[in-house]
Amino acid sequence: MTDSAPLGINRTGVQMSPEKSQDMRRIAEQTPADVAGGPRELSEARAAEALKAGRAGSVAPPGSAKGVLKAGAKKMTGQNPELLLDKLGQRLAFERTGVRLYEALIAKATALGLEQPVRQALARFRDEEAEHMDLVVQAVESLGADPTTMTPSANVAGVVGLGPLQVITDARTNFMQSLDALLSVELTDNAAWELLIELAETAGQESMATHFRHALKQEEYHLETVKGWMRDTSLEQLR
Amino acid sequence: MATITNLLDAKGTPLEQQRFSWNDINSTPISKLDDDAFTRVRVILMNGIETDALRLKHMGARFHKELRLPLARVRRVEHHQQTTINWLLSADHSPLETTIAYEQVAIEVTAAVAQNEPDPYQAQTYRFGLLEDFDHLYRYAAMLDRLEGKDANNILQSYTDIIPGRPTSQHHRDPHDDLREHYDGGQADLITKIHAAMITAAEYQTHDYYMNIGPLFADPVARALYAEIASVEEQHVTQYGSLMDPGETFLEKWLIHEAMEAYNYLGCLEQEDNPRVKRIWERFLDYELGHLQLVRELFKKYERRDPEEVLGGTLPALVEFKSQRDFVRRVVSEEVDLRAHGIDYVPRDQESDQSLLYRDTMNVNGVPADTVSAGYQWSPGTEQARRKSNG
Repeated sequence: MTDSAPLGINRTGVQMSPEKSQDMRRIAEQTPADVAGGPRELSEARAAEALKAGRAGSVAPPGSAKGVLKAGAKKMTGQNPELLLDKLGQRLAFERTGVRLYEALIAKATALGLEQPVRQALARFRDEEAEHMDLVVQAVESLGADPTTMTPSANVAGVVGLGPLQVITDARTNFMQSLDALLSVELTDNAAWELLIELAETAGQESMATHFRHALKQEEYHLETVKGWMRDTSLEQLR
Repeated sequence: MATITNLLDAKGTPLEQQRFSWNDINSTPISKLDDDAFTRVRVILMNGIETDALRLKHMGARFHKELRLPLARVRRVEHHQQTTINWLLSADHSPLETTIAYEQVAIEVTAAVAQNEPDPYQAQTYRFGLLEDFDHLYRYAAMLDRLEGKDANNILQSYTDIIPGRPTSQHHRDPHDDLREHYDGGQADLITKIHAAMITAAEYQTHDYYMNIGPLFADPVARALYAEIASVEEQHVTQYGSLMDPGETFLEKWLIHEAMEAYNYLGCLEQEDNPRVKRIWERFLDYELGHLQLVRELFKKYERRDPEEVLGGTLPALVEFKSQRDFVRRVVSEEVDLRAHGIDYVPRDQESDQSLLYRDTMNVNGVPADTVSAGYQWSPGTEQARRKSNG
C-alpha cells in the first residue's frame, strides 16, 4: 500500500556522533544540578496552579427550551443536563474535524496513487463522519440547545485533535504515518460513541441512543479497517 | 586571521530583478531528523536577521519621508526572503524543540562572534551574554524532558553541552546594569558594527519568539518559564542594542545592516551542506548585495559622503558555524561568576543595589527556571533513561 520510512542519515541519536556525545555525557555527569530537588518540584508547582486555576469554560444553557429544561430537566437529560449537552457538543466537533481529516487523507492517498478500494473506503468513511455530525446536530437541536456552541468538551477534543491533524496534513508524511494518527482518532471515536450511547440511555433519550448505536457500528468498521490496513501494510514489508 | 575582501563591492542582483512567487517562498521544509543541526542554526539566524532588517527599515521610514519608497521596496523583498527562510522550519518541531534550536543559535553563533570580535569590551559582552543563553538551554532542556518526555539532544545533535551556566535566577538586573558602552562609529572596525547588529537581531528574534509561543503552552510552569526567560531576552536586546553607536545616522545603520546581511549570507553559503538550502543562501547573498548598492547610492545622495567611510577596510573570516564546545566550557569555568554593574563587569559580590532589589522583587515567589530544572542532569535518552540505568 505504501512504503515505510527509508534508512537514511537520521542525525538525532548519540550513535551518529559517538565522540562528541561521549564528551557531552561526561561533562553532564561531572556537573551536578545547581538547584536541589527533582521532578517533584515541577509536580508540586503544577498542583499549586491547579488549585487556584479557574475553569476553561462553561456549557451554554439551551436557549430555545429554557422553560422546558427548567421544568423537566431530569426527564429530558438526567440530573445534570449540561453533561449530556457538553458531550454531544464534543461528538459534533469531533465528527466535523473527522470529515476534514479524511479529506486530507484522501488527498494524500490520491497523490500517492493508492489502490481504488482504499480510496473508496476513505471517501465512504468521510461521508459517514459527515452523517454522524448531522446526527448529533439533530440531537442537540432536539434538546433545544445550540449546535454552533463550542462546549468545553468540544474544545478539549479540538486541542487533542491538533496532533493527528498536524501529522495527516504534513505533506511529507506517508500513508502509514497518517494511519498512525488516524488510528488514535478512530479509537477515541469508538470509545466516545460507546459512552455517549450510555449517557443517552441513562438520560432517557432512547431514540437518540438508537441512532447513535448505528453510528457506533459504522465507527467500529472504520476502526477495524484502519487496523487492518496498518497490519497488512506493515507485515507485507517485513516479510 | 584570514580575511575576505571585495565582498561588499560586488553588484549582486539589482533590486528590480528580485522576484518571488507564492510557491517560491513556501518550499519544502528541512528535515528535523536528517538535516544537520547547523542547517537549522543558519535558518534561525537568518530569519532573525531578516526580521531585524524589516524592523530597522520600518523605524527609518517613520523618521525619513524621502526614504519611504526605497525602504518599502527593499522591505518587500526582505519580507519574502524571511518567509522563504522561516518556512524551511518543519511543523514537526514542537515550539519547545524550536526553542532548544533557538538557544543553540544563541550559544554557537555568539561564541563564534566573541572569538572573531577585535574590540575586547565588545567581546567580553558577547561572552557575558553567552553564559546566560547557555543556561537557558539547560533550563529549557529540563522543561522539554519533563514536559514532553523528549531529549533536547535530538535537536542539538551533540554539538552543544547541556549543563548550567550563570543561573537564570541571577540574570534579572535593573535596566541600568543592562546598558553597555557603545562602540565609536568613527573608530570601530566594520566587523564590530556587523557583530553588534547581528547579535542584536538574533536576540530580538528570540525575545519575540518566546513572547509569541509562551502563551501557547498549557502547562502553567512552562508558561512561567517562558515569561521569565523572555524577560531576560528583553534585557539581552537592551544589552546588545546598546553596543551600537547611537550617534550613527539612520543611513549609516542601514548600510551596516545590509553589509551584515551580506556577510552572514556568505557565511551560510560557504558552510551549507544541504544543496537546496545552499542555493537559497546564494540567491539571497546576491539580493543583499543589490540592496547594499542601492543604499550606497542613497547614502551618497542624502548624506553627501563616501560609503567607504562606513564600509571601508577588510572583513575578518566568516562566522564559523560549528560546535564551540571548548571555548564555551572555558568561558563557563572562567567567567560564570561575573555580574554587570553599570557598563562594567564585576565579581558577583559587587552587583548594584538596584539590581539586587529588582531581582529579589521578581524572584519573591520562586523562580520558574529553578522549578523546572531542580536536580536535572542531562543524559542521552532523557533523565528517565538515566534513572533506569542508575537503578
